[in-house]
Amino acid sequence: MSIRAPAIDALLKRRKLTALEMLPWLLIVFVYFEMPTYLPFGNQIIVMIIFALSLDLVVGYAGVVTLGHAAFFGAGAYIAGLIAVAGWNEPISTLLLAGVGAAALGALTGAVILRATGLGLLMLGMVVGLILTQLANRFSWLTGGFDGLRGVNFDPLLGKFDFDIFGRTAYCYSAVVLLLIWIFARLLINAPFGQSLAGIRENADRMEAIGTPVWRRKLLAFTLSAGIAGLAGGLATESAGFVSLSVLSLELSGAILVMLVLGGVGRIYGAFVGVPLYMIAQDTISKGDPVYWNFWIGAILLLVVLFAKGGVLGIYDVVVRFSSRRAATWGRG
Amino acid sequence: MAALETLLSIAFAGLAFGAVLYLVSVGLSITMGLLGIANLAHGAFAAIGGYLAFYFANKAGVPYLLAIACAAILTGAGSFFLERTLYAKVYDAGELEQVLLSIGLVFITTAGLHFAFGPVPTTIQPPSYLLGSIDTGWRTFPTYRVFLIASGFAAFIILWLGIERTDLGAKIRAAVDNRHMAEAIGINTARLFSVVFALGSALAALGGALGTEVISLTPGYGLEHLLYFLIVVSVGGLGSIKGPFFAALLLGVGDAACKILVPEFGSFFILVAVFLLILAMPQGLFGRSQ
Repeated sequence: MSIRAPAIDALLKRRKLTALEMLPWLLIVFVYFEMPTYLPFGNQIIVMIIFALSLDLVVGYAGVVTLGHAAFFGAGAYIAGLIAVAGWNEPISTLLLAGVGAAALGALTGAVILRATGLGLLMLGMVVGLILTQLANRFSWLTGGFDGLRGVNFDPLLGKFDFDIFGRTAYCYSAVVLLLIWIFARLLINAPFGQSLAGIRENADRMEAIGTPVWRRKLLAFTLSAGIAGLAGGLATESAGFVSLSVLSLELSGAILVMLVLGGVGRIYGAFVGVPLYMIAQDTISKGDPVYWNFWIGAILLLVVLFAKGGVLGIYDVVVRFSSRRAATWGRG
Repeated sequence: MAALETLLSIAFAGLAFGAVLYLVSVGLSITMGLLGIANLAHGAFAAIGGYLAFYFANKAGVPYLLAIACAAILTGAGSFFLERTLYAKVYDAGELEQVLLSIGLVFITTAGLHFAFGPVPTTIQPPSYLLGSIDTGWRTFPTYRVFLIASGFAAFIILWLGIERTDLGAKIRAAVDNRHMAEAIGINTARLFSVVFALGSALAALGGALGTEVISLTPGYGLEHLLYFLIVVSVGGLGSIKGPFFAALLLGVGDAACKILVPEFGSFFILVAVFLLILAMPQGLFGRSQ
């Protein structure tokens, strides 16, 4: 019998990989070999998973509800696009610059946004996105404005793999980036840093009282998240070869929040479940008339809030708990 | 003379826009101050009110002012129902749940309005006595805008008197100041909140219906203009009647100034100003520190 507190055991147990956590990666490989015509769509899904993962750090772990995260996705997208148009076409370094640039923007704006709470914070997040949109629109000689940024080309990846029209290179590239970010995020949230974020989400005053630098932790989480969102944006540009103003839009910020919530907030895998569900549903339902997709988004949100607080993964948890309790009672009987 | 002309048109367009912003947003400020519910669907109520008034006035032939009054009452009643059935479930939940629920309502409203009225931006034709312009001898002012500005000021004065002088107003002030203490002395804050919520939504509907010439009705109204409503509330300060009034007028005039003086930048400068203002005064202009 160990003397260690059960909480510590639980924490250490969470660091171990379970078989289920391999499922997304098996699926990604499966799609590559068995559904080659879906690779461009698959790539979009992977990019959005990265974006949703970044939002989960802020919303799910730091407990900061924001409707302006597209600002950082868009910043990354535009940085990557502008670097390419300026004549530097090496994809990996461009992607890193997109991430670093978005992180810098995150640190800068986070320092203001995180001072506010509630509606004020929501408002400021939206303001950042709109300011960037107005700038991109104003300097249309640079960004292409409403028409979008065209002529974005990249050299072959690692000097060998061309960004082909079947999306094979982009798909594998995005998948590898997702893998790296997933490893990073997993280490991060199971480290004391991630635990302190969860503490701040639950009770900021108490965390302050036990000596956690609440403000700095939140800002750091926001910055890291903005950087990851920027990477997602950069990937989107590199695989599409085009940047449109919509990457900065409120609609995108809202959509990514809905995807995350659908999967489940504050559990990294919410992004892996919610994004594909949302995007596949959108792809099938909104084919006829995209407008009524709004109704379904609204319905999803109401259902999740009223009946399934933890999203799809929350339902899964309940089912697992229920069936294991059933199994336990049977064992006794 | 040209400079004066420009200043006047900025002030006039800005005040009319500000008056509409005030009507729509003030209810949100009070409900936020009362219970701290992040209700992002507030603007959607304005859209519903606007479309209802449009339906009554243009399709059913009801007189303009009566149509708007009916729309406001119906929207208020509808929101009372929604408050009891949906919002009441998320009062004790986190901010995220409130944001998700209310933004979900915005999306459903958008789809519903699109289904019922189509995607084209709509305005309600004002009656003949509001068309034309008022000649002061010095210069002329469009009657409709004068009417809007007057409505905004009238709403402000009525609300201010209502909050300061009536029993209901005293209860609201008490509950905004300290909800638990207000409950302890026997104020039913839950019922109070339902009433305030309905009144706020009715005002929003009024603003949405009156202001269609300034902010035209589209199915996406609730999301498109949400940012401006939130700016009014956060810059003005939560739980106040006075704060949103000055914030709305400032935002209206600032926005008009930006669009007339530097149209190529859109609302860039006003947004930066909001950003800096909240940096300096996180509680807004008239907000109380919690």
